[in-house]
Amino acid sequence: MKSTLVSAALAVALAGSFLACDKNKEIKIGGVGPMTGEAATFGASTKNGYDMAVAEWNAKGGVLGKQIKMFFADDKGDPAEGATVFTKLIDENKVCAVIGTVMSKVSLAGAPICQNAKIPMIATSSTNPKVTDVGDYIYRACFIDPFQGTVGAMFAYNDLKAKNAACIFDVGNDYTKGLSEFFKAKFTALGGTVVGYEGHATGTTDFKAQLTKVLAAKPDVLYVSDYYNDVALIAKQARELGFKGPMLGGDGWDSPKLMEVGGSAVEGCYFTNHYSQDDSSPLVQSFVKSYTAKYGSAPDALAALGYDATNIMLNAIQTAGSTDGDKIKTALAATDLKTVTGQVKFDDHRNPVKSAVIIEILGGKQVFKTTVNP
Amino acid sequence: MGSIFSLQQIINGLQLGAIYALIALGYTMVYGIVRLINFAHGDFFMVGAYAAYGAFYLFNFFLPQGNTMAFAALIMAMLGSGAIALIANKFAYKPLRYKPRLSSLVTAIGVSMLLEYLFSALPFIGPSPRGFPDLLAKHIYHIGPAEISNYVVIDLSVAAVLMIGLTILIQRTPMGRAMRAVSQDKDAAKLMGIDVERVISFTFLIGGSFAGAAGLLAGLTYPRIQPYMGILPGLKAFIAAVLGGIGNIPGAVLGAFIMGLAETFATAFNSLLGEGIAFVILIVVLLLRPNGILGEKTADKI
Repeated sequence: MKSTLVSAALAVALAGSFLACDKNKEIKIGGVGPMTGEAATFGASTKNGYDMAVAEWNAKGGVLGKQIKMFFADDKGDPAEGATVFTKLIDENKVCAVIGTVMSKVSLAGAPICQNAKIPMIATSSTNPKVTDVGDYIYRACFIDPFQGTVGAMFAYNDLKAKNAACIFDVGNDYTKGLSEFFKAKFTALGGTVVGYEGHATGTTDFKAQLTKVLAAKPDVLYVSDYYNDVALIAKQARELGFKGPMLGGDGWDSPKLMEVGGSAVEGCYFTNHYSQDDSSPLVQSFVKSYTAKYGSAPDALAALGYDATNIMLNAIQTAGSTDGDKIKTALAATDLKTVTGQVKFDDHRNPVKSAVIIEILGGKQVFKTTVNP
Repeated sequence: MGSIFSLQQIINGLQLGAIYALIALGYTMVYGIVRLINFAHGDFFMVGAYAAYGAFYLFNFFLPQGNTMAFAALIMAMLGSGAIALIANKFAYKPLRYKPRLSSLVTAIGVSMLLEYLFSALPFIGPSPRGFPDLLAKHIYHIGPAEISNYVVIDLSVAAVLMIGLTILIQRTPMGRAMRAVSQDKDAAKLMGIDVERVISFTFLIGGSFAGAAGLLAGLTYPRIQPYMGILPGLKAFIAAVLGGIGNIPGAVLGAFIMGLAETFATAFNSLLGEGIAFVILIVVLLLRPNGILGEKTADKI
């Protein structure tokens, strides 16, 4: 009887240790994204990107010789919900790293939790500069907004050979103001002249006064850092005032509505974006092909960033040779990885330094033009 | 300074002024007849833009593109806004006609909000901005240093034709005479056998349809429409009417063109100043000349 008990206890202990051992064969990472709420479509694309990257790593044998298990949580696009799910992933699921999330305001709620727990986090498409300022465990996969202004200026000066440029932006919106500021700084630094720099009030529909003023200085290009709704109106009114040169902008232009409302006025204009599915690089093409095969639609920028963020993190775990947060963090800082959205290195603020794509509007469609390296 | 007070900026200002003028006329006519500041008037302008937008998609099947379509859209915009103005008058303002004037004023604000939120709530309109279709192909003429598009010509000529029509209506027709009589003395007009309510309804119809025409022109010129698009132009047209002398028809037109030009010049100088110039004008007018440029002196106003 006694020996039976002992052997049973032994068996249980053995089974327990075996189970624990089995668990150790997995690398647990967290994934966060909004699957419901206002940003639900963004979350769906992003999650597809995570899943695809994890599946590819697992097919190649995983990380550190172990299979990857991703715990995915829906943040609902809500900071309070985000704080809850980040805590849950770290405390209950014991993940060694978190990938996500999409919206800046939710990433800002999750980042302090990761920082305090010393769990590395990489946001996907949170562009607010404050996100990575939370601490040294927090990274992001996308470039921050103002960077697009820099890239736009380089494209205007180097590729379009523009010598004079003018900027139009919304004075009530940090995104569009930031883009124009950085465009102006870079364009001037390159040797160009910014001959007009005019803001407009939020919500206005009449831009003719500002346009007349900046166009009087005969700019070669017009940098319009607004969102697509305003861009369409500005483009139409600029054409009415006789401007024939190209207009440039940032990823706020990325909507079919721009071509619908802007029509011929936005033809031959360019904007910067994170990635283009028409990019001819083999990495992008193989990503687009396998994504389309798996999900039935072409990947958007959010899917690409979700995919890249996962790859950057898993690559860092592999390089670190450990699931220890501190070691992963050090490996992340030394990242130099070719991803779908460009060659990624991180600067001192843990923002990626990488290329942007230039998209041209031709025949009412977005066409990949070129890649610009910073 | 050349790019601020240039010929091009004057054209921009006149184009904006033409739209303000059509809205301001409705404000001033209604005020002249019933002494009501109809704060829902800016929303009649919005209704006109949507009526023209709807007309374009309805008539697209059987009307040819171009002038016919643009004319049909103009008629629909004027009818749509005119109808809304009539309905607002019948159900919201008429029951309060002989109540204290403040009741009508507050009701007008209510009608304004009702229209804005109703249009946002209607599933086929909704709160998001919509692009307004190009009803006419765009041509650009170079005149000296300025670029004038056919849209500028259309805006100014539609406004001019309507304003001339209104002058003839008021000065030369029996209805016009009745309108003038009611605006001078409602009770005396009634004693002379004028159907005052009919004259008031007619005034709302004309005022509303002018706002509708402005809605179409604004849609063409600044091709983005949304349910709240009437608030600011309505407010600015109201200030234009006050500047010209509220109740005075030539005054409203004069005030509107001054407003359009002032706003354009101020915006060219500094965009935030441009947004605020209307209110600066309002304060200055109320301080220095509360009756407006062409307004007659009367003992009581609002």
